[in-house]
Amino acid sequence: MSNTESSKNTELTRRKFLGTAAASAGLAIAPGVLLFRVAQAKPAAQAVTSKVRWGMLIDSTKCSTGCNDCVTACKTEHHLEGHNRPETDVQWIRKLKVTDKQTGHVMSLPMMCQHCENPPCVDVCPTGASFKRADGIVLVDRHICIGCRYCMMACPYKARSFEHEEVDDQAVSAPRGKGTVEACTMCVYRVDRDKQPACVEACSEAEHGAMLFGDLNDPESEISKRLAEYGGKQIRADLGLNTGVRYQGI
Amino acid sequence: MSVGLHKKKLKLLLAGLILTLPLSLFAEGNLPIVPKAKAKATAEYGCVNPVADMRKNHMEYLLHQRDQTMHKGIRTKKYSLAKCIECHVTPDKNGKYAEYGDDDFFCSSCHNYAAVSIDCFQCHNDKPQSAYSSLSSNKQSLPEGHEKFASNDTLPSGDAE
Repeated sequence: MSNTESSKNTELTRRKFLGTAAASAGLAIAPGVLLFRVAQAKPAAQAVTSKVRWGMLIDSTKCSTGCNDCVTACKTEHHLEGHNRPETDVQWIRKLKVTDKQTGHVMSLPMMCQHCENPPCVDVCPTGASFKRADGIVLVDRHICIGCRYCMMACPYKARSFEHEEVDDQAVSAPRGKGTVEACTMCVYRVDRDKQPACVEACSEAEHGAMLFGDLNDPESEISKRLAEYGGKQIRADLGLNTGVRYQGI
Repeated sequence: MSVGLHKKKLKLLLAGLILTLPLSLFAEGNLPIVPKAKAKATAEYGCVNPVADMRKNHMEYLLHQRDQTMHKGIRTKKYSLAKCIECHVTPDKNGKYAEYGDDDFFCSSCHNYAAVSIDCFQCHNDKPQSAYSSLSSNKQSLPEGHEKFASNDTLPSGDAE
C-alpha cells in the first residue's frame, strides 16, 4: 500500500518536473524573434511545403531615389555581369522611379519577380521549366529551359531576362548560362538555409529598412503583422495574380 | 607442306599481335589519369559510395539530386554537384585550377577518354567555392580571370552549413 503510494508520488513529481521543464523551455523560446526563427528552420533533407509562403514587403517611403544598394547586392551575390547593352543585359532586380504628373510626387521602388501565386510565366511555359515551388517561390529550371522566352512576354512586371552570352565565373550557388531565361530567385539557396535574400540583407545592413522578408502564411511573422496593421498593395492587383511581393506607400 | 608452315607462322603472328596490342595501349599512356580528391568523404569508401558504384552510377545520382534540389529545395550534401567539385577539383602546385575540357580536370579526365560530353559546366561553375573563399586573404590562389571579384568581401557563402 505504502509502496504504491510512494510510486504514485514519484510519478506525480516526475510529471510536475516535466511540466515545469516544458514551461521554462516555452518561456525561453517565447521572446519574439527567437520563436520566429525556430519556426522557420528546415532540415536540408526535408522538402519545402506549402505551409510556408515566402513574401516581401517593400516600403517605398523608406526607399530613396538615388539608392541602388539592393541592385548592387543582387549583382554581387549572383555574379551578374552586363555587356554594356542595357536593353538586353540581365537584371534580376531594378529600381523604378515613378512620378505623379499631377502632384509631382516621386516614388522610388525596387521591381523584381513578384513571385505570384498564379504566375503567368508558369502558364505559358511549354516545357515545365518555369515553375512555382510549394513555398511560393517562382523559378526557372534551366536544366529544361529551351530559351523560347514566352515567359518573358507573359510577365507583366518585365521581371525576367534572357542570357545572350556565354557565362564564366558563375556563383557556386547561382548557376546560370547562355540560352536560358532567368529572374529573381528570392535567393532560394539562402532561404532554404534560413537566411534572408541578399537584397533584403543589404537594405537592412545599410539601415534603410525598406525591405522585409518573411512568411506570409504565418500570422506571427513580422511581415504578416505589418501587412495586417498597415496593409500592402500589389502592383497590377487587377490581374488577380496574388503577388508575394507587396508594397507600402504606393 | 609449305602451306602448313605458312599457317603456323600466321598463327604465331596473330598471337603476338593480340599479346602486344593492349601493351602498346598502356605504353602510349592512353588510359585516363584521374586527379586525386582532396579528402575522403567517408572512411570506408573514400567517396560517398564505393568507387565502382560512383564510376558507374554518378550521373544517376546527380540527375536525381538535381531535381530534388531544384524543385523541392532538398539540399543534402551527399550527391550535391557543388560538393563533388569542392572535393575533386583541386589546384595544382601553382594554385591554378584546371578547367572543364582539360585532361587534368577531374570530370574531363574520364569524359575525354570515353568521348562523352556533358553540359553541366555551361551553367555550373567548374571551380570550388574554396577557390573564391581564400581570395580575400591570398590573391595567389585566385583562379585565372577571377580578379574582378577579388576586392569584394560579400561573396556568396555557398554551402554555409
